Amino acid sequence: MARYDSLLDALGDTPLVGLPRLSPNWDGEHPVRLWAKLEDRNPTGSIKDRAALAMIRVAEADGRLRPGCTILEPTSGNTGIALAMVAKLRGYGLVCVMPENTSRERRQLLEMFGARIVSSPAAGGSNQAVATAKQIAAENPDWVMLYQYGNPANALAHYEGTGPEILRDLPTITHFVAGLGTTGTLMGAGRYLREKVPDVSVVAAEPRYGELVYGLRNIDEGFVPELYDDSILTSRFSVTSYDALRRTRDLIEAEGIFAGISTGAILHAALGVGDRALARGDRADIAFVVADGGWKYLSTGAYDGSLQQAAEKLEGQLWA
Amino acid sequence: MAIEVKIPTILRTYTGGAKSVQASGDKLSALFDDLDVSHPGLKGRLITEDGGLHRFVNVYVNDEDVRFTGALDTTLKDGDSVTILPAVAGG
Repeated sequence: MARYDSLLDALGDTPLVGLPRLSPNWDGEHPVRLWAKLEDRNPTGSIKDRAALAMIRVAEADGRLRPGCTILEPTSGNTGIALAMVAKLRGYGLVCVMPENTSRERRQLLEMFGARIVSSPAAGGSNQAVATAKQIAAENPDWVMLYQYGNPANALAHYEGTGPEILRDLPTITHFVAGLGTTGTLMGAGRYLREKVPDVSVVAAEPRYGELVYGLRNIDEGFVPELYDDSILTSRFSVTSYDALRRTRDLIEAEGIFAGISTGAILHAALGVGDRALARGDRADIAFVVADGGWKYLSTGAYDGSLQQAAEKLEGQLWA
Repeated sequence: MAIEVKIPTILRTYTGGAKSVQASGDKLSALFDDLDVSHPGLKGRLITEDGGLHRFVNVYVNDEDVRFTGALDTTLKDGDSVTILPAVAGG
């Protein structure tokens, strides 16, 4: 059944696609297989649709959100876009605090959905956006900050949605690999999978940005999302923009999947754990997240020129 | 034994502005001690009084977060790369 009463009902239940060409060993005696979960097949084109709808639903249920309310959120883009869509359909206003060094497509989409954007400085990246949003929230007490970095509904969306879908479609799963940002996906789907598959490895791929994004004034300005519980993870890898870009291009070359740059980082980590399994002679079924499509990143130069040129263009940008 | 250690901008006051320095040690705790000899005070920014890694400091050996490879007991070998980064938000 592919018929739904509304767009929001069509959210989730995304395809899990095997990668016979890119997998370390698709057909061997101890196969090491990669499986891509296509989260770009969501209403606004990213995995954040899940968290956005869940956070809004929970806030409605507990009375924090009432018709005509304004939602406030620090976001590097996808969450804002997802919230903007739901807000439009449910009748809320939305103010997004977004670092100025995010791609212009993200801004365009937000504006199309009627969101207002407050830009935070590029230096300090999302840390600054979070700090700025907290200040704005204090100045506007009747606005509702859903706060994706600490809102349990974010992780719950993945505990109830993403995780069960993956296990249903890949009962032989050995590894789950996703991006680490708010940590919602890994905390939610990771927790679910660990409960059902005790030996599963939950692997985080963290984008490594250019220096500007780490431009804090001191160590105490650092930030760890309140949702983060590192006992859920088995390992965590830091992936450079160069490697993320390389894998984004590998994915389209080998398997025809046009994904965003964070997916390249996730795939890099997935290939890393796949190669380790191969070296040990173990079989592996590695499910990894395709967080969004490449459309919003075309202006970044990620998809043309040499890898080195593309990586240089991403240098000051928040690409995930 | 030579291990390249990448230093984040906010800690380069300890390395005279250098983005990357060399150090040695068979495990991470030994490497930090070695770093502190050449760059006094650096270790104190990475490790708290109770001997653990500072909450907002992430350390990666060959791009893998050491909190999952043994933390300060993570073993090191010649040619490994160590990257130190402050914790930042994403999403």
